[in-house]
Amino acid sequence: MNSLVADAARRLRSNPGAVCALFVTAGLVALALFGPGFNPNGSETLDWLHVASQPALQSAHWFGTDRLGRDLFARTLEGTRVSLAVGVVASAVSLSVGISYGAVAGYVGGRTDHVMMRIIEILSGLPLIFFVIFLTVIFGRSESLLFLSIGAVGWLTMARIVRGQTMSIRGREFIEAAVASGAGTARIIAKHVIPNIIGPVIVYATLTVPQIIMFESFLSFLGLGIQEPHASLGTLIAEGAGEMEAAPWILLVPGGFLAVLLLALNIFGDGLRDALDVKER
Amino acid sequence: MAPILSIADLTVSFSQPDRSIFAVRQVSLAVAARECVAIVGESGSGKTQIFMAAMGLLAGNAAAQGSVRFEGSETLGAPAPRLNRIRGSKLTMVFQDPMTSLTPHLKIGIQLAEVLVCHAGKSWSEARIDARRMLERVRVPDPARRLNQYPHELSGGLRQRVTIGMSLLCEPLLVIADEPTTALDVTVQAQIIDLLRAMREEVGMALVLISHDLGVVAGLADRILVMYAGRIVESADSAELFRDPRHPYTAALLKCIPSLSGPRLERLPTLPGQPPQPSDLLDGCAFAPRCPRAAERCRVERPLLRDAGDAIENGGARRVACHFPLSP
Repeated sequence: MNSLVADAARRLRSNPGAVCALFVTAGLVALALFGPGFNPNGSETLDWLHVASQPALQSAHWFGTDRLGRDLFARTLEGTRVSLAVGVVASAVSLSVGISYGAVAGYVGGRTDHVMMRIIEILSGLPLIFFVIFLTVIFGRSESLLFLSIGAVGWLTMARIVRGQTMSIRGREFIEAAVASGAGTARIIAKHVIPNIIGPVIVYATLTVPQIIMFESFLSFLGLGIQEPHASLGTLIAEGAGEMEAAPWILLVPGGFLAVLLLALNIFGDGLRDALDVKER
Repeated sequence: MAPILSIADLTVSFSQPDRSIFAVRQVSLAVAARECVAIVGESGSGKTQIFMAAMGLLAGNAAAQGSVRFEGSETLGAPAPRLNRIRGSKLTMVFQDPMTSLTPHLKIGIQLAEVLVCHAGKSWSEARIDARRMLERVRVPDPARRLNQYPHELSGGLRQRVTIGMSLLCEPLLVIADEPTTALDVTVQAQIIDLLRAMREEVGMALVLISHDLGVVAGLADRILVMYAGRIVESADSAELFRDPRHPYTAALLKCIPSLSGPRLERLPTLPGQPPQPSDLLDGCAFAPRCPRAAERCRVERPLLRDAGDAIENGGARRVACHFPLSP
């Protein structure tokens, strides 16, 4: 494993696109976390003297203000932070649910597998949007619930991937040897199955983060996600879309952040897949 | 003395959509404490499936009838928690291919220690010390370093030493070695056989050696069971089986072993024909179509495994399933 990780890290380093993407992502994360400390403007402070002012580096508002006079730089950073948090938390939820569900289905097999996979098929037959809308309507709007509900619908593909991987190693001799050594099913799944399939799972997870950020932005754009005065990139873009003709920067600044973030995450995920993919060696 | 493992009338069948395949047919055998029994037969003769059934490792579509008793308690159809108390501690297995029977992402030390933590209730640090001691006993050079290595960093022979060591960690009563040397090259084979012999003397466990190679089992086994088409056709003390085989199949097998002394042969002798399909239900002797001694009776009446005529003078260990056994 050590040598596998070292090998993957070396291959990742030799991929300039992935390294670039990693730096851009790290830069955006750092900016989202620490940027507000360098910005004198709060994200909720209204500046009545500069309403919908244009971006200008020499003024107090580098990226301009929205139509309520709020600093767009501060709001975009907050939006980025929220979007990243949704992406990470919801991916973690879908990762943990998907791995345990898929590994159990794939390892136990037989009728259990049948029932579990039919449940997944039924769930994936439901339109995701309506599912999330139902959840937010029933449980009310809160950010943590939004994180959970996106994660709760995002685990289906992960479970399928994990199940497939598990089935491919279930018949291997070392699993049989573990059974013959008297290891129980839970121990075998946790210690001998899941660590062996973690490579493709990590890759898929890194590609899930941008998908989920996209999905959250989409929900927020529809008005179902993060609510004012809080902001995510999606709500900011929705707000900017209304002012597109008069003040295009209100759309372009968060839109640009979102585009750069998604691009960087996707390129990094692709690079990671190439680095970990045993088939391409 | 009561045997450690006694198998009575074991039949293992695999159900397929259109038919059933019988891998093992009414096999009975017993393994005594400290005894080394070799099961010899060609691929598909059912030798592995007997012990897969005994350890509860049969595939999902398999059905087993009969009885398998380990230390007097039934293991066939026993629930997994009860099996897990004996599997890996008192009854262990060494698999054919050491390249694939170790979990690839776990260090050797962790895999060995896990067995002790699970079965002997030791702490990880105690288990690690015992694991290192076991690696020394199975003659793995530089054991402290090996503990921190991954299986892929070890050669095949070393890995098989590790799996043998793993099977011995909890002082088992019986080790089942399923073709332990088949995946290794010839010089390493000899080392592994030597190791098994030395471990038998040191640990004193009973050993079941499954092999298709009479040469491998010759120096190690006390008793040899020859299997053909899912049944035991001959059972004899090791030396006697080589000296005078009674079943025509055993005799033919022995003829196929090339000899170092004696005239060099143009071609190795082979057995003409194919073993019967495991799905066939045979009335007569399964070997009859290939047997030079077969008569009409062999095709209609199946010979039972019974004591050979000279059983008394040889201690009663000699059994053969043939209507017309070779005479001594």
